Amino acid sequence: MSARTVILDRLRSALRDHPEAPEIPRTYRADSGMSAEERIELLVDRLVDYKAGVTVVDETGLAPRIAQLLRDAASYVVPAGIDGTWLAEAEAGAPGRRRVDAADAPLSVAELDAVDAVVTGSAVSVAETGTIILDGSPNQGRRAITLVPDHHICVVREGDIAGILPEALRRLDGTRPLTWISGPSATSDIELERVEGVHGPRNLDVIIVRS
Amino acid sequence: MSTTYLGMPALPVFGQGNLNATEPFPSAAKRELGNSQLRANLGHATHTIRDKRLRVVGELPDWEDLRSAGSATKQSVMARLPELLEQFEQNFTARGGVIHWARDAAEANEIVRDLIREQGADEVVKVKSMATQEIGLNEYLEEQGIAAFETDLAELIVQLDHDKPSHILVPAIHKNRTQVRDIFLREMPGVDPDLTDNPAKLAEAARAHLRRKFLSAKVAISGANFAIADAGTLAVVESEGNGRMCLTLPETLITVMGVEKLLPSWQDLEVFMQLLPRSSTGERMNPYTSLWTGVTEGDGPQNVHLVLLDNGRSAALADEMGRSALHCIRCSACMNVCPVYERTGGHAYGSTYPGPIGAILSPLMTGITSEENNSLPYASSLCGACYDACPVKINIPEILVHLRAEDVDSKRGKKKLPSQMDLMMKGASWAFSSGKHLGLLEKGLPLGRIAAGRRKKITKLPGLVGGWTQSRDIPAPPAASFRDWWAKEHGDPAAGSAPTDSTNTTTNTGERA
Repeated sequence: MSARTVILDRLRSALRDHPEAPEIPRTYRADSGMSAEERIELLVDRLVDYKAGVTVVDETGLAPRIAQLLRDAASYVVPAGIDGTWLAEAEAGAPGRRRVDAADAPLSVAELDAVDAVVTGSAVSVAETGTIILDGSPNQGRRAITLVPDHHICVVREGDIAGILPEALRRLDGTRPLTWISGPSATSDIELERVEGVHGPRNLDVIIVRS
Repeated sequence: MSTTYLGMPALPVFGQGNLNATEPFPSAAKRELGNSQLRANLGHATHTIRDKRLRVVGELPDWEDLRSAGSATKQSVMARLPELLEQFEQNFTARGGVIHWARDAAEANEIVRDLIREQGADEVVKVKSMATQEIGLNEYLEEQGIAAFETDLAELIVQLDHDKPSHILVPAIHKNRTQVRDIFLREMPGVDPDLTDNPAKLAEAARAHLRRKFLSAKVAISGANFAIADAGTLAVVESEGNGRMCLTLPETLITVMGVEKLLPSWQDLEVFMQLLPRSSTGERMNPYTSLWTGVTEGDGPQNVHLVLLDNGRSAALADEMGRSALHCIRCSACMNVCPVYERTGGHAYGSTYPGPIGAILSPLMTGITSEENNSLPYASSLCGACYDACPVKINIPEILVHLRAEDVDSKRGKKKLPSQMDLMMKGASWAFSSGKHLGLLEKGLPLGRIAAGRRKKITKLPGLVGGWTQSRDIPAPPAASFRDWWAKEHGDPAAGSAPTDSTNTTTNTGERA
């Protein structure tokens, strides 16, 4: 008999008393009822608490802010599907720094390790927990590009901010490769004291764009 | 696909690997209690995390609703486990993942070894995982000539120090920053000799040490926090980014997961991802969570394997009273609030799973008749703090008591003659069955005063009850029993003689008068 058959038989046998599968009481909050302004304010508060950099801009402020954050980067990577206008100012100020990661021309791990920063969009964010979720859409790219460079500049649109987690998960397709990011990488392994910056990007800058 | 169950009763098949203690809890605890540095480190760490947890749990107005939903979800998972596993398998496989089933630790280890060899690799990077610790994967791979590098900071500390984890979330909780610095200076090749004990500097040293490994590894090994049956999705919850490195960069990913880790649907994640981070690190959300469903072309590992592990879980499931121990999501909140864990630390429990949850999970998985683990259900004062803290409401005290009863019953079954405990219990049953009996026994109190001597302390009791006087004295008994005193004070004519069963009635009347 295969291990599969044996294990499933053992489990069925263990359940010979036929325990009931109860209804799940979903009495917890499904919606926050927060206004757009409250969601922005809470997300900013949480991100600051995680020691991420946060700025709130309107559409016209986005490209200048990205250019400012990339000021010291000798090179940076972007996914092929990124909105080119975001980078217009950074490009104009200091051309030739941009590397594009595309499905038909992916950068090697060594190349990613050599760039200073990465700029991406995001799928959904959760205000209450300060979480930004990437789902591999064209303006976010594959997972490696937001992991290896040491500085992640992430654009969050006002309309993509949910108040609480259940609201956010309803907007996502769970079968896509998902990365939930709540601040820069951190550890609490030594005396349970939080230290920001271990293996993931040590710097996270979030730009929230009002619509 | 699904097999027909023929109704063959399979006996409980217990788990192996690092589930068994190498010595009974009382003697291990006694040794660990002698380590004052350990107690100071543990006291500091458990109190820090307790305060953080309370703060973030208090923020949520619906915390108790989330706990109830989490508890019911897990109860439902256990009731439907075979069906959900088949559903998960179908979805994960349909998206290019490969599933392997392992009856026990040895089988799981062999499967992982063969998968690594298929890739021609002789080293792997690892994300912290309880399942692989339970099966002793690192030790096994080392014997087989494969080096497994732990990449979680605490696991790295423990591995470099050739030590064992003592906590399921922060395995190096028993070490303070200075001890960590000393380990790095001693064991980490190329480390800065001027390294300080600042946690940020220590984390930076770990980053530098592991960076090249991450960028060049061909094979990674992980555990999983959740597996979503209706999507075929796996989730790993972490903080440092070492998990993302392992789950994203290597070509081959091998995940080892206990069969009980399932959640029925995507929606259930909204409950568990609110419960887990707040209960474990006391954060609103952990820095990183990764989810993957089989293989995604052009993104992450292209060979994706999952080893589904029994290793005693089916035996735990067969225990109707104990099966809810399998609801555990490994948050570690129970150990952080446990007065026993806080003093003995995790090593005293022997098994991979320490603390209150370990005291029930380990004997459920190995069987209570396993001699090394049968003292674990007694490693508790039954204060119930663990039950209050548990995000999925596992009634740990109730299961502890259930396992104590199982232990007593199993020992009684083995012996023909009644044990000291049996005799004592029989005696107690007789004494407490009537006031006359108890009164008769109380006549013996003066004997106790003689035994106590001039110091008015009994310092050593014989036999089984000697355990009581091992670390404390018993004050000399009073000259008269309460019942005698009461009878005398209230002018009962029977004062001094054996109280009768009607004593209570008479004195009560007297009091009212």
